[in-house]
Amino acid sequence: MGLTDVFLEAVFYAFIALTVAGGVLAVRTQILMYTVLGAALAFLGIAGLFMFLGSLFLCMMQILIYLGAICIVLVFGIMVGYTPRQVAEQGIRSQNLLLAVPACIAAVILLRGAVGRTVWPASPDAARDFSLAAVGRQLLERYGLAFELISVLLLIAIIGAIIVVTVKEDPR
Amino acid sequence: MLSQDLKTYLVVAAFLLIIGVYGVVQRRSFIGMLISAELILAGAGLNFMAFNRFLAPEPAVGQVFTLIIMGIAAAETAIGVSFILAVYRQFKTIDPIQLNELQEEIPGRKSDADDDAFAAGGPGDHL
Repeated sequence: MGLTDVFLEAVFYAFIALTVAGGVLAVRTQILMYTVLGAALAFLGIAGLFMFLGSLFLCMMQILIYLGAICIVLVFGIMVGYTPRQVAEQGIRSQNLLLAVPACIAAVILLRGAVGRTVWPASPDAARDFSLAAVGRQLLERYGLAFELISVLLLIAIIGAIIVVTVKEDPR
Repeated sequence: MLSQDLKTYLVVAAFLLIIGVYGVVQRRSFIGMLISAELILAGAGLNFMAFNRFLAPEPAVGQVFTLIIMGIAAAETAIGVSFILAVYRQFKTIDPIQLNELQEEIPGRKSDADDDAFAAGGPGDHL
């Protein structure tokens, strides 16, 4: 194991730490803007993990879609619809917190046990062509319908969002 | 080499799932719930990519699937934020507890008084 491998492993741990810290920040902070910040950190860590999984394409897509689109939309949502006076972003009551946190830790440990005990058989004829060219060819040929469906879904969602926002206020 | 082990990624994805569920349950604002749901979706995408890298016979299918998840997450965010803005304009709050328009009147529970007392809480309770 050379020096490069050690460095790569350290970077890998850093990305995992970024993901975990971002997730904890996203659900524990009481300020909504910090919540978006935590989510953005977690998404960045996941983008790094995607790079370690051999897909630079999805790493870029993660940064573009999650950090570039979703986080910006969330920030705008907070800036337009949020005023500190009107949102009581209090946590749950303390006795509920005493139950919720151990329950979540237990769930993680249970899932960890299940992951550890399962035997994951690798596919015998696993191809190892992770190149962008191969993915692009597959996207346009075999998975062309799926690719188009994402586009149509996004278009419909954006049109629907505009319609929902511009609907007239109920005069009461 | 943990970075070449499938289980590492699965455990990180499981952590994201659980912390997302925790956030959805714990949050008192719709935006916070939406962000937690995004964390769950991101964990699912990580799972797909891990299985794709280590187990799948064809490396493109997992990437396409993760791309679809990202598109659905983006669509969900657009719709969710627009709902939140519409709800905010209608009710002037994004606190889920106060949005009880459809809730049945429970005998013995003074819901309006409770909510007013909650909304009028001091600024120290907020943030």
